[in-house]
Amino acid sequence: MLSYDLAVIGGGPAGMAAALKAREEGIEKIIILERADTLGGILEQCIHTGFGLHYFGEELSGPEYAGRFIKQVYDTDIEVKTDTMVLDISKDNVVTACNNVDGLITIKATAIVLAMGCRERPRGALSIAGSRASGIMTAGTAQKYVNINGYMPGKTVVILGSGDIGLIMARRMTLEGAKVKAVCELMPYSGGLTRNIVQCLEDFGIPLRLSCTVVKTHGKERLEGVTVANVDENLKPIPGTEEYIPCDTLMLSVGLIPENELSKNAGIELDRITNGPSVDEYRETLHKGVFACGNVLQVHDLVDYVTQESQIAGEGAAKYIKGEKKTGEYVKTQGENGVRYIVPQRINRETDKDVKLYFRVGKVFKNVRLSVKCGDEVIMSRNKKKMTPGEMENILIKLDTIKSLPSGSTITVTVEEA
Amino acid sequence: MKYDVAVIGGGVVGALICKELSKYDVKIALVEKCNDVAMGTTKANSAIVHGGFDAMPGTLKAKLNVEGTRIMPSLCGDLNVPYRNNGSLVLAFSDEEVEHIKVLYDRGVKNGVPDLEIISKEKVKELEPNVSDEVKAALLSNSAGIVCPYELTIAAAEVAVTNGVEFIRNCEVKAISEQGGVYELETSTGKIEARYVINAAGNHSDEIAAMIGDDSIELVARKGEYYLLDKSYGSLANHTIFQCPNKMGKGVLVTPTVDGNILIGPSASDENEKDNTDTTPEGLEFVLSKAFKSVPSINIRGAITSFAGVRAHPVTDDFIIGYSDKSDRFINCAGIESPGLSAAPAIARYVESLLIEKLSPEIKKDYAATRKAPVRFRHMNEQQRRELIKKNPAYGRIICRCETITEGEILDAIHAPAGARDVDGVKRRTRAGMGRCQGGFCSSKVVEILAKELGKDMNEITKFGGNSKIIFERTK
Amino acid sequence: MTKREMVCVSCPIGCAVTVELDDNNEVVSVKGNTCPRGDKYARQECTHPERMLTSTVKLEGGKLPVISVKSASPIPKEMLFEAMKEINKVTLKAPVKIGDIVIKDILGTGVDIIATNES
Repeated sequence: MLSYDLAVIGGGPAGMAAALKAREEGIEKIIILERADTLGGILEQCIHTGFGLHYFGEELSGPEYAGRFIKQVYDTDIEVKTDTMVLDISKDNVVTACNNVDGLITIKATAIVLAMGCRERPRGALSIAGSRASGIMTAGTAQKYVNINGYMPGKTVVILGSGDIGLIMARRMTLEGAKVKAVCELMPYSGGLTRNIVQCLEDFGIPLRLSCTVVKTHGKERLEGVTVANVDENLKPIPGTEEYIPCDTLMLSVGLIPENELSKNAGIELDRITNGPSVDEYRETLHKGVFACGNVLQVHDLVDYVTQESQIAGEGAAKYIKGEKKTGEYVKTQGENGVRYIVPQRINRETDKDVKLYFRVGKVFKNVRLSVKCGDEVIMSRNKKKMTPGEMENILIKLDTIKSLPSGSTITVTVEEA
Repeated sequence: MKYDVAVIGGGVVGALICKELSKYDVKIALVEKCNDVAMGTTKANSAIVHGGFDAMPGTLKAKLNVEGTRIMPSLCGDLNVPYRNNGSLVLAFSDEEVEHIKVLYDRGVKNGVPDLEIISKEKVKELEPNVSDEVKAALLSNSAGIVCPYELTIAAAEVAVTNGVEFIRNCEVKAISEQGGVYELETSTGKIEARYVINAAGNHSDEIAAMIGDDSIELVARKGEYYLLDKSYGSLANHTIFQCPNKMGKGVLVTPTVDGNILIGPSASDENEKDNTDTTPEGLEFVLSKAFKSVPSINIRGAITSFAGVRAHPVTDDFIIGYSDKSDRFINCAGIESPGLSAAPAIARYVESLLIEKLSPEIKKDYAATRKAPVRFRHMNEQQRRELIKKNPAYGRIICRCETITEGEILDAIHAPAGARDVDGVKRRTRAGMGRCQGGFCSSKVVEILAKELGKDMNEITKFGGNSKIIFERTK
Repeated sequence: MTKREMVCVSCPIGCAVTVELDDNNEVVSVKGNTCPRGDKYARQECTHPERMLTSTVKLEGGKLPVISVKSASPIPKEMLFEAMKEINKVTLKAPVKIGDIVIKDILGTGVDIIATNES
């Protein structure tokens, strides 16, 4: 059995940032286990720009953003195993993995950082009626075919779901010569960033159809078309609004799910809303010494925030390894009135820094007041011009405030009239 | 090419017939219009091995069901195909239905079904705590089971091909003529000559029979739709749970699968189009509403996929198996609807007996009746995995992360006798792409591996043959 | 006089901005923005909108058959498709490093197309 101070599962932006931060904090033996053949994670196929505006103050493409961290990792003696799949994490933090060079390996790690990212919600979860023709794929799969393998996954395209990957693929396919007929969104608002709606759809005259879904797929072998229909306020298709759109490809961009099979098997408690582990302010899960960051913890909108969160996890893991991480009483966090969840789910009252609470809202809010309460007491609040489900929000809680919270209390983030 | 026997149709019936016949010294072709075996009704059904109490005594359905169900466990053992003797329940929700299950019990006894029992509500709830409280009694059939129909077919075809049967894919029979005691099959890939023809063409067996002037087979295409639930819902049911049958079939069932998922369905609607396997909102809604009646805690959020199959319902309501009235060298196996899967092993032996009566062939000395168990990395312990990867590093590379399927298993599937040629073929043989992400992550890798192993460009690889291409030309 | 409605993309708020243009397509007024960035964005969008262009080019001898590229800075929006034609003509040979110039001064814009990955 191999022995490490820190094992990081996943070599995307989250895993790399966590590993680098832990190294900066003086942790010696670190290993990153990555299932793909390179570091970088999903950024390798995200060739569009828009990454790094917050973190680097530059507009980088995905590979460039990843490239900066990859270089830093290889400049250290952090060990990297690519093409390596983690099969299991045991209760006592033994990681079992395999690849075709080392075979089956077991690693005893003092601390583990989970950074496995997320996966796309597939068609089956939607129960769209119709044929099982080819040409129905997630936007991320299509993106891989175009940007990594160099093939066109389709020529005439309908996209279901206006998440950012769907919007980005609408532009990408158009630039490569495909005709994108429509982007259909079940909700009355888009789940993507405004900037992407403007630059990926409006620039190319691609219609965004809100409150609209695909009700049927047609075609025996390759897809030949889809039937779309408008939906009512209960998201049910409205009879009589059906429209047939000929297309050879249906791309799905209908949500991302944190990839927590390993966490679940290890008995790590997950948050019902985020589908990611429940963590403290240093992103430690309820499983001692196991931390989580990036999209495996909560689906982020910007990679810049993934990096920041992962540095917190890396720092937390380092403290844990050095025996400096505080144990003690926690206060719980929760969201209400449209605040769907809060990460972290709990905060140690003895913590040593300000804590940013991250969350998403369940619908579009305009000109509201965002408040953080403990019981009836408002501990801080801020006016917000606009909050949308597509964007991750945050609010900072000062260290002094945290220290002053009564033991056993819960702090609540809520939306109120301004 | 010239054969002694041409079997038309690579479904579970055709493949098992080939497997049985491959023990004799006869030259056999398995002629399949699709890119793989198990592409029709076999691919999309309830995957149930029925007790055998539904069909009327004296019918072929009754006889071959009971016999097939009896043979199934040992056959699956020989072929290393997962089979589970989980037993089945027919639930009765009213006094009228309680009377009906008594009728089924009596019928089962007449048909020779072993281990039937009528059990009380308390016993039902004890066996299946998730069954509705509305249940009054149930018919328990202890001999019933579950099997994976396409894995059974794939395994049978593998054994057949290993023993010399030639598997001809993408070969649609267009016309049949006869000259000097030899049938000439005109197909989409050329001419095939055979002295005997076995028609196991599923929904198209009426058309195949008509090619020799036999218009006696009358079929109705009956579609059934299903939902498949994620493995995390696998404990919802242990037995196969039926409701009382109606005139369209055995109704909607809730059953575990051998892979640990839960399957609910089928609906039943008669179709004009034989190959229309489109799912419909109405069909799926129907399945769900009926399934709720048996197991109220079913949650549709657990659905990972839905699908439909079309079964060939014979208007006579019984299997049509035997020599055609038009020829003593042409055997029909038609109208194989439920309990066709259960009966398939017995159908194969029955057809075998019909044929050897005429051919009286020698038995091969080197016949291999069994299939070696395919490598299943996911079922291995650490030590087995360690040794496996040491022997072949390709087993150390995980391709499908949801189901933990290795590159080695995919290579095995492609290079097996009658191996996979497309993405769905790999999926059915290995489960790669069958998990919760439904291939989102691994399908492009599977395409890469298929292309490399088959010496093709990635854009020549299909989902299931024909024009089901996955990608188009290169971008650059 | 014409009016144009647009959504400012400078930050996540996404103000709905109305721009008035005279007959020479000169901006007369910008309304609806909440900060100076909105004004700047709206004026640029109306007079000479620019976009970053990202794509891939053919690669020989590399790990993959294509490699990702971008315009080093935004180029005029109306030139995107023409620029794609130029990009599609290029074949690179490995090794390639991030930042390597793939096309110098594409279509006379003064902007280079550069590699954004290595192989």
